[in-house]
Amino acid sequence: MSIAIAEKIFKKISVIDSERCVGCQSCMFACARRFGRGGLSKSTILAKSIGGVERGYTVIVCRACPDPPCAKVCPTGAIIRRKYGVLVNASKCIACKHCVEECPFGAVFWDDETNKPAICVHCGYCVDYCPYNVIKMEEVK
Amino acid sequence: MLDKDLLKVLYIDLTKRKFWIENREDLFSKYIGGSGVAINLLNEECPKGIDPFHPDNPIIFAVGPLTGLFPLCSKTVAMFKSPLTGNLGESHAGGRSAISIRMAGYGAIVIKGSSDEPIYLSIHNNKVDFKLASGIWGVRSSYTVGRILREREKGEGIRTIMRIGKAGEKLVRYASVITETYRHFGRLGLGAVFGSKKLKAIVVSGKKPIPVKDPIAYKKLYDEIFKEAVESPIMKKYHELGTAENVLPLNKIGGLPTKNLNKAFFEDAEYISGEYLAKNFLGRRIACSHCPVACIHLAALREPYEDEPYFFKTTMISYDYELIYSLGSMLGISDTSNLLKIIDEVEIQGLDAISTGVVLAWATEAYEKGLINKEHTLGLDFKWGNVENYIEAIRNIVNQTNDFYEALAKGVVYTSNKYGGKDFALAFGGNEMPGYHTGPAGYLGFITGARHSHLDSAGYSYDQKNIGKKMEAKEIAEYCFNEESWRQILSSLVICFFARGIYKPNIVSEALKISGYDFSEEDLNKISEEILKKKYQFKFREGFSIDKFHIPKRIFETLSPHGLINEEILNEAINLYMKRVSFE
Repeated sequence: MSIAIAEKIFKKISVIDSERCVGCQSCMFACARRFGRGGLSKSTILAKSIGGVERGYTVIVCRACPDPPCAKVCPTGAIIRRKYGVLVNASKCIACKHCVEECPFGAVFWDDETNKPAICVHCGYCVDYCPYNVIKMEEVK
Repeated sequence: MLDKDLLKVLYIDLTKRKFWIENREDLFSKYIGGSGVAINLLNEECPKGIDPFHPDNPIIFAVGPLTGLFPLCSKTVAMFKSPLTGNLGESHAGGRSAISIRMAGYGAIVIKGSSDEPIYLSIHNNKVDFKLASGIWGVRSSYTVGRILREREKGEGIRTIMRIGKAGEKLVRYASVITETYRHFGRLGLGAVFGSKKLKAIVVSGKKPIPVKDPIAYKKLYDEIFKEAVESPIMKKYHELGTAENVLPLNKIGGLPTKNLNKAFFEDAEYISGEYLAKNFLGRRIACSHCPVACIHLAALREPYEDEPYFFKTTMISYDYELIYSLGSMLGISDTSNLLKIIDEVEIQGLDAISTGVVLAWATEAYEKGLINKEHTLGLDFKWGNVENYIEAIRNIVNQTNDFYEALAKGVVYTSNKYGGKDFALAFGGNEMPGYHTGPAGYLGFITGARHSHLDSAGYSYDQKNIGKKMEAKEIAEYCFNEESWRQILSSLVICFFARGIYKPNIVSEALKISGYDFSEEDLNKISEEILKKKYQFKFREGFSIDKFHIPKRIFETLSPHGLINEEILNEAINLYMKRVSFE
């Protein structure tokens, strides 16, 4: 299935310097636009302020941990590990939200439309819309 | 097919603590959104002749069909009856406000009634909570209010937190509503209307999708607009130095109002310029939601504590051209740190920066001329550039410590009617003037514009393009009318006016198609005039009349880039303009 295709890419998104983030949300809207719609519904990246915009922003997105806790706590095996990051198998998900609670970054988002988790798949679509070089695609080593 | 969520209007009754949602396709399909929808809702909800502090004065927020779909369509239009002018109140703000409202699933919010105790509204998707705000009522600094609500509420990164400061609570007629700490519904006193309803804040968040008609065309047009926003030279000025870039060019041509417009040239302009601020103070740039431009410039002001060595505080203070004019050159403040300190005080209290500066500038001249004395000022020596006294005066205005400060809290027109000095009370239609002494077209806009704002018809820009040329009344009136008309479309789509060069009529028409509308450029022209007509009808209904319009003499006494402003030409242009907006 799609795991094999994805593994050939060997790239993941990285937050290079969140100090450069202006909070414009262009990445967030780009992520949702992948599905040909506007809004933020399925967005899996978030720029939020560090205690007020005067202190700047932090960018929340899956960091593709080598040993992902979200997958570890999933009771139904709905979160599938890849060489980098994870994939969600929605048909197995029971919406218990353990994955949301376990991710230390808060990078497991929730898709209210499907009532399932939404996690970055490291496709890199958002990167082209960051005008300030906050995020980029990096090879997984 | 329009997005069903856009058509939803959230009605909130503060008196009954009730909310409900109505489908207003009738308005959104015909008047698009933003200003177009808001003026219709205002006409429906605002009773004729009502006191702006009466519970029945509604607060209306509206966003547009392109909000959340395309970049730079992230303004929220607020409409209400203004407590400052007693007439049409319309104020626009960015921050996250518009995106949050749309993402929560609404095209507009109408707030009616009044609470008997301080509350704030917490709106997350279709859930509306009326929460107690007595604990944050009266808190000294608006920054603190923001911090508390940030910690209490959900929706990090995707929420707006609109709040008032003490000025709004105390009903200062030009109190602002602050959103995301550094953006404002500044003009015309929305903050005081919040205060009159005991409404301290509104938090809104959501994460809705927005369907489009043709996803492929959508992505293509998005990329075109995004590229323009990021690369086009027309956005460069906002991107780099921000609006503060205007200071030096305006000063050079002699159009920067200085010391209550006794002059239009400030000898120390360099120290309050965008260049100087960027070089010495710029600490961070931030953006409104869904806008890659990031025009919000924050200065880092580092101040030592006097009682403790090696002890500093660093404050981030947002600056823009209008603040630099009103709280800088208008008050003769040439020390950059002092300018930032007074801007910060205005932010802490939650005031409109332009009105505050103009009011203080009038007071300084009135003090010089002996119309007021230390008894009025409570011992403060109003002197150009004396920032400590100005900051103290701002606190007195907010607290309305005596009759004089109570008057100042009602604006410069009210105060000058009481104490004299009307000839140098720089307000138009009750609204304190913005920072452009550029020529007749600028003033035509202040006088005739629906909001008496420089943003209504941007005559100041026309003045600057025509320096050295003789301008006829007819062409000025025509320019301003066409501009104010077209801006009704922009503000109905809640497109930031800074992006007006990107969103040309053909692009607007294309973007609208993607969101399900089918308007030709000709249709848009018709709609724009209809919206403008409705605004003026509201103004006339509430007593606006050009015959009793007061123009302060000062504007004719100070040299502008077009020499002394020709009163005859200005009057002729006013008459021509009024004929156009009476739509007979």
